[in-house]
Amino acid sequence: MKKYTDTGKKDTRSGFGAGLAALGKTNENVVALCADLTGSLKMDEFKANHPERFFQVGIAEANMIGMAAGMTIGGKIPFTGTFANFSTGRVYDQIRQSVAYSGKNVKICASHAGLTLGEDGATHQILEDIGLMKMLPGMTVINTCDYNQTKAATMAIAEHEGPVYLRFGRPKVANFTPEDQKFEIGKAIQLTEGNDVTIVATGHLVWEALKAAEQLEEKGISAEVINIHTIKPLDKEAILNSVKKTKCIVTAEEHNHLGGLGESVARVLAENTPTPQEFIATDDCFGESGTPDQLMEKYGLNAISIVKASERVIKRK
Amino acid sequence: MPHNTQQLEDFVTQVRRDILRQVHKVNSGHPGGSLGCAEFFVALYQEIMEYSTDFNMDGKNEDLFFLSNGHISPVFYSVLARSGFFPVEELATFRHIDSRLQGHPTTHEGLPGIRIASGSLGQGMSVAIGAAEAKKLNKDTHLVYSLHGDGELQEGQNWEAIMYAAAHKVDNLIATVDLNGQQIDGSTDDVLPMGNIKDKFLAFGWEVLEIEKGNNIVEVIKGIKEAQQLTGKGKPVCILLHTVMGNGVDFMMHTHAWHGKAPNDEQLAIGLEQNPETLGDY
Repeated sequence: MKKYTDTGKKDTRSGFGAGLAALGKTNENVVALCADLTGSLKMDEFKANHPERFFQVGIAEANMIGMAAGMTIGGKIPFTGTFANFSTGRVYDQIRQSVAYSGKNVKICASHAGLTLGEDGATHQILEDIGLMKMLPGMTVINTCDYNQTKAATMAIAEHEGPVYLRFGRPKVANFTPEDQKFEIGKAIQLTEGNDVTIVATGHLVWEALKAAEQLEEKGISAEVINIHTIKPLDKEAILNSVKKTKCIVTAEEHNHLGGLGESVARVLAENTPTPQEFIATDDCFGESGTPDQLMEKYGLNAISIVKASERVIKRK
Repeated sequence: MPHNTQQLEDFVTQVRRDILRQVHKVNSGHPGGSLGCAEFFVALYQEIMEYSTDFNMDGKNEDLFFLSNGHISPVFYSVLARSGFFPVEELATFRHIDSRLQGHPTTHEGLPGIRIASGSLGQGMSVAIGAAEAKKLNKDTHLVYSLHGDGELQEGQNWEAIMYAAAHKVDNLIATVDLNGQQIDGSTDDVLPMGNIKDKFLAFGWEVLEIEKGNNIVEVIKGIKEAQQLTGKGKPVCILLHTVMGNGVDFMMHTHAWHGKAPNDEQLAIGLEQNPETLGDY
């Protein structure tokens, strides 16, 4: 089985900051808006390099989304930055009407998604944002797994015409995506080859899935790990091709099982080839305060949980 | 383009007919606020704004207009059509299935002249500010205009936007508030008194100008031109446009009753009689 090396823990939000800074230099239409979280979103470098293209809106996310929609009229490519909760739930109707329905080229970039936000607790740990965003017609939904992939995705979405939700996180996590890997929206990345079970993971759960695959290998189970960074549009072909071989699947995400990646995958399978599936996701609940590792363990979003789910689903074949 | 007062008034009269006929045919829509703003729209599109009817979403080197209170779409559609954005005959499709003239304006159907969807209230000010900021980045000296209902100011997002525009000196924006004192449930004072709107804008750091006779086309044009003189001086500009809801149709005036209700056949006949055909019905 192919092995992946952590080249040094980094936060995905820094990947966003680096991607945005790179874009600032290459694409003069890129503008950035932030709602009082410049440091948290790692937007400082863009701000320092391009003060005229950086818009500090204060703690006013609704205005930020509306302004971003307006700035597209004039050819700008606005990147908004705040926490995932304030990027989605707080401004759902603004995104729905002024961005999605209006077909505006706004990039909604959201950090601190999910439980791994940690100690701030459930008020800030949104576990519903993927669902909210994927339900909007025309919205592209991306959840990147590490620093390199987040940087590449940030740069790629500037080239994509249309609204995008880019979700990433707070903690430092393993960085294993090759630095030069091109980010293709909607194209899943097969990380390992396996015959017994397919593991489709997104965001922080991708590294956990790789660790799970190693543990499964020790038990004589070969797992095919697929990194689904784009939840919408979903790479159906990659999923269907894999389950044709493995006949069972585990989906893994830092999100509620209602509305998340798992449900999108289940629909593809139900329509094409009904397949036993286990869901690694939160069980329709809110989070709580704790360290990221404690929370991921308590809510069953780690490698051990993926191993157990894989063993369960194999028995259901 | 009409230039003398009679021609402009004739234009307004025809727009009123269009409004009544659109909402009557489909037995739905919002005639009250539409009628009250007829002079404002005619002034903007016939006398004030520089624009191309060869519609381009980016609107570079053109003046832009954003309708935030999207429910008054009948007046917007009538004036856009009669200003050359799309065939006047299309007004007959208002709110019908497969029409580009949706109940509330949208870019989704590709109707020329519309740059943002509106209807869910309180969002247009932010959009207008964004477009104004984009114009500054593009070194485009044209202006951005927007229209908002007075009741709409109850939406909190407006005040985020109003605060931003002053703080960031968005002085290429003229935001107009239609002060007709009415909203769906009654008068604005009955539903949620908003206090002194002028003082609120002033306190937030805007230039504020009042047009007392918002249903007098000459006064409206004069007022907007005065507002233009206030742009480019470091402050956003607000026009408080005093209008009468339902203006031009006697039984619809000074009441919220026709906010979102269509006239029946008999009422339509009376309304049309009070507003004789001038430019030709569609």
